[in-house]
Order: sequence, then C-alpha cells, then structure tokens
Amino acid sequence: MASLITCPHCGTRPKEEFAIKGDASRTRPSPAASAEEWQKFVYIRDNPKGRNIEYWHHVLGCRRWLVVDRDTLTHEVFAVTDAAEHALGRAEGAR
Amino acid sequence: MRYSALSILRNALSGNRGWKPAWREPDPKPHYDVIIVGGGGHGLATAYYLAKEYGITNVAVLEKGYIGSGNVGRNTTIIRSNYILEGNEPFYEFSLKLWEGLEQDFNFNAMVSQRGIVNLFHDDSGRDHYARRGNAMMIHGVEAALLNREQVKALVPYLNYDHARFPIMGALYQKRAGTVRHDAVAWGYARGADSRGVDIIQNCEVTGIRRDASGRVTGVETSRGFIGCNKLGLAAAGNTSTVGRMAGLELPIESHVLQAFVSEGLKPAVHHVLTYGGGHFYISQSDKGGLVFGASLDYFPSYAQRGNLATVEETIEEGVSLIPGLSRARVLRSWGGVMDMSMDGSPIIDRTPIDNLYLNCGWCYGGFKATPASGFTFAHLLAKGESHEVSRFMRLDRFARGYAIDEAGKGPQPNLH
Repeated sequence: MASLITCPHCGTRPKEEFAIKGDASRTRPSPAASAEEWQKFVYIRDNPKGRNIEYWHHVLGCRRWLVVDRDTLTHEVFAVTDAAEHALGRAEGAR
Repeated sequence: MRYSALSILRNALSGNRGWKPAWREPDPKPHYDVIIVGGGGHGLATAYYLAKEYGITNVAVLEKGYIGSGNVGRNTTIIRSNYILEGNEPFYEFSLKLWEGLEQDFNFNAMVSQRGIVNLFHDDSGRDHYARRGNAMMIHGVEAALLNREQVKALVPYLNYDHARFPIMGALYQKRAGTVRHDAVAWGYARGADSRGVDIIQNCEVTGIRRDASGRVTGVETSRGFIGCNKLGLAAAGNTSTVGRMAGLELPIESHVLQAFVSEGLKPAVHHVLTYGGGHFYISQSDKGGLVFGASLDYFPSYAQRGNLATVEETIEEGVSLIPGLSRARVLRSWGGVMDMSMDGSPIIDRTPIDNLYLNCGWCYGGFKATPASGFTFAHLLAKGESHEVSRFMRLDRFARGYAIDEAGKGPQPNLH
C-alpha cells in the first residue's frame, strides 16, 4: 500500500507527509524545443495501469523531492530514491 | 412495457408474475452503425439519445462488467449547475434541465430530488469567490443566491457556526440543485435505449481497436469476438487511457481514485446538499436515510477501486469539523471509483485525429451530474459529426491551442482539480 513511504533520508513515514506531483517518466524539453514538444510534456500522460514512477515531495519531512516507483493498480511500492540521484542515474543511463 | 401506477396495480393483482426484464441480453451482431465502449451512465445515455433524438438505433453498448458497475454507481449522486466559465456553465445547465424532465422522458423513477445545494464560505475571499460564481451563473440565466450567515442558519441550523478556524459566514445557494438515485439513472437509460433497439452487451470487454490500411476504425476486438462498426465512441472514463492506447491515442488524462462513504440509515437530518469551504467535504442524505459524503482524491495516480485510510480519516475529520453531530453516526460502507482526471479539470467530448473514433472522457469527479448532457451532446457529435452548441469548448486539442477550461485555476496538475 502507498500508506507508508520509506524516505531515503527520514525512514518510513506516513503518506500524509508528502505532496504528490505525479509522473516522473517525462524529460523536460530544452527551452528551444518546439511548441508541440512542450505541449506533450505539459499535458500528455502515459497513465499506465501498473508500474509507474512519480515525483513525491517530502513536505513535512526533509523537504527533498523523491522518485517513488509504485504500482497504480496494487498500490505496492517498489523503490523510493532521492530525485537528484534518480536524475543522475538517468543521465548515466543516457550516456 | 410502460411503467405507470396502473401497471403496478395490474401486476399486483396478477401476483407480480407479469414483469419482464427491463432490457434484453442480446448476442452481439457482426456489425453496428455505432458502438459505444462503456456501459456506464454516459455510455448508456449516449445510446439512449442516439436512438431517441437522432434516430440511430443500430447501436451497441459494450460493457466489460455489468452495467452500472463503474462510477455511475459509485458517486455521491449530486446534480448542480453552479459553474463559472463559458465552456462549462451552459453545458451543466443544459444537463440540469434534462435532469428536471428525465423521469417523464425515460419513464423510470430516478428519484430526482431538487433539494438545493449550499456551498459554505468561511472568509472574505470565499465570499468574493462565491459572489463571482453566483454572478457568472446569473449571466448565463441560472438562478443563484448569496446567503448571509443568518440566512444559512435558518436553512441549516446544525452546523458549527463558531468554528475557531472556519466560522461560517454565508453560502452560495442553488435551489434547483439536488440529488438523484444513481443506479436508477443507469437502469432508466438502459431500459430506454434497449426498448428503442439498442443492444446492451454486458461482460464484453474491448481488447483491441481494429483499423484499416488508411487508419480508419472498422471495429473492435472483444472478449466475445470481433464486432464491426461505422463509428466508435469511447465512454470508458476511468480507463480512457487504457482503451485509447489501443488506437494509439495520447491523452491529457491521469487516473485517480476518489472515495465515498455512507453512514447507517438515520432519520431525516440533512435536507440539502452541503459543501464545506474549509475543506473539500460534501454531504447529502439519501432517501433511505444514509448520509452520503466524500472529500478529496487520494492524490496518487491509481486504477484501484479502493483508497487509502489516511483519506478516510481526513474526510471524516472535515465532516465532524463542519457538523459536530456527525461524530455520533457510524459509517456503514466506503468505496472508491477511478476518475479520469484531465489536465484542466474539464471533460473532453470530441472527435479524435483518427477517422470514425470519437471520445467522451476526462470527467474528473464531476461526471455524474453531467450524465444527461454528456449523453445528449456525445450522441449529437456521433450523429452529426460536429460538436453540440453547449459542448463546443470541450475539445481534445484545446490544450495545444491554449484554450484550457480551468474552472479552478489550478494549472496542468490533475490531482488538484
């Protein structure tokens, strides 16, 4: 269940401490990207039924942005990483 | 069979052996003029108005479960037309007018009860907002009243008026708003559509959308085999992205779970629909006596028809903070429904870039009240190929064009609408 989220900095904390931004799978386009690319980034969502990565903000805790890997059907949480580490990992992967 | 007092009497005298099922259970035909995916309120209403208003009766409604098993049976049954924006208010007012004549129209008792909605405010900015909203309603010819504290007290005396943080200062009041027995809406539309020749096919899940070489939709693959069609209408709110993906649609939709609650049956106590301005709490009392209430989303994307205990706690805290006496009532049931949250909080009723494919989705958590107008305008679109006057702003490409209908002014953040 998504009632408890294990923050990498604060340990296992109740969901109410977090603000949920949502979909973390998209990459922000460059400022020079076309209007169509920006439109897709801002408005279009994959909205998968199943595994999904999301930005959660630990507002009432360490105030770090986290990436929560969870299932939208079973609510099972697979992993929680700091958003900065997640971004670095993604940059490594892209290289 | 037409339902009337006489039919009840006649059947009572013959031992109630003469009642027939309200709709048939036909096997799918190989081809239909129009197929509608989703046998919820909106899909059934669309089929009903297609047959009744536009004379298109070679229609099938495909439902993966049984009709009424989705959100039409999972909402808090509120109807109202208290919106601000040009893209919304005429649409919802059209819907409320259809509700007002619905039972006579489809010959089914949907228990439409215009008990009035009281939207409470607790500070000056709340009053300003509701004054603006009431004015916007009146500009569109819809009656609204701004009540002061004493007037609200006369109407609903049992609230916590001197709350330390959210004292009640007044309310926006729409007298014509109210509640409807939601299951009867599904049944009434199903019966009305069926009697005009529409095939309602239950336990028939769409698994694919077939397209020809030019990309045009020619039919659907289902758990009961291929069914061909001329036009395909999607009314699968909650699962729009899943169905849309079958045709390669990229949509501005995120699915979320919204919970609702009902208490044990109580004597009549809450005579209106109340909304709390200090939170997102709303409550009414069903004719059976249960207090029906709910509040916000669970906030995380979800396809599960069940929610989180933290949201249960928050909803009930909000309720008790508004109506202290609520702490004595016991909750009987709670449930969750999957919402199509769109990027501006408003729905989409439009053609898609794919030939023969039409879309009705993005109802967020305001879909129930829209059921008649959604069905009517979607039927208009399917029959005529162009938007109905009142749904003309609800276009799929409005985000790209910069014409979002953002009633709450929250921006492209689906869990905040």
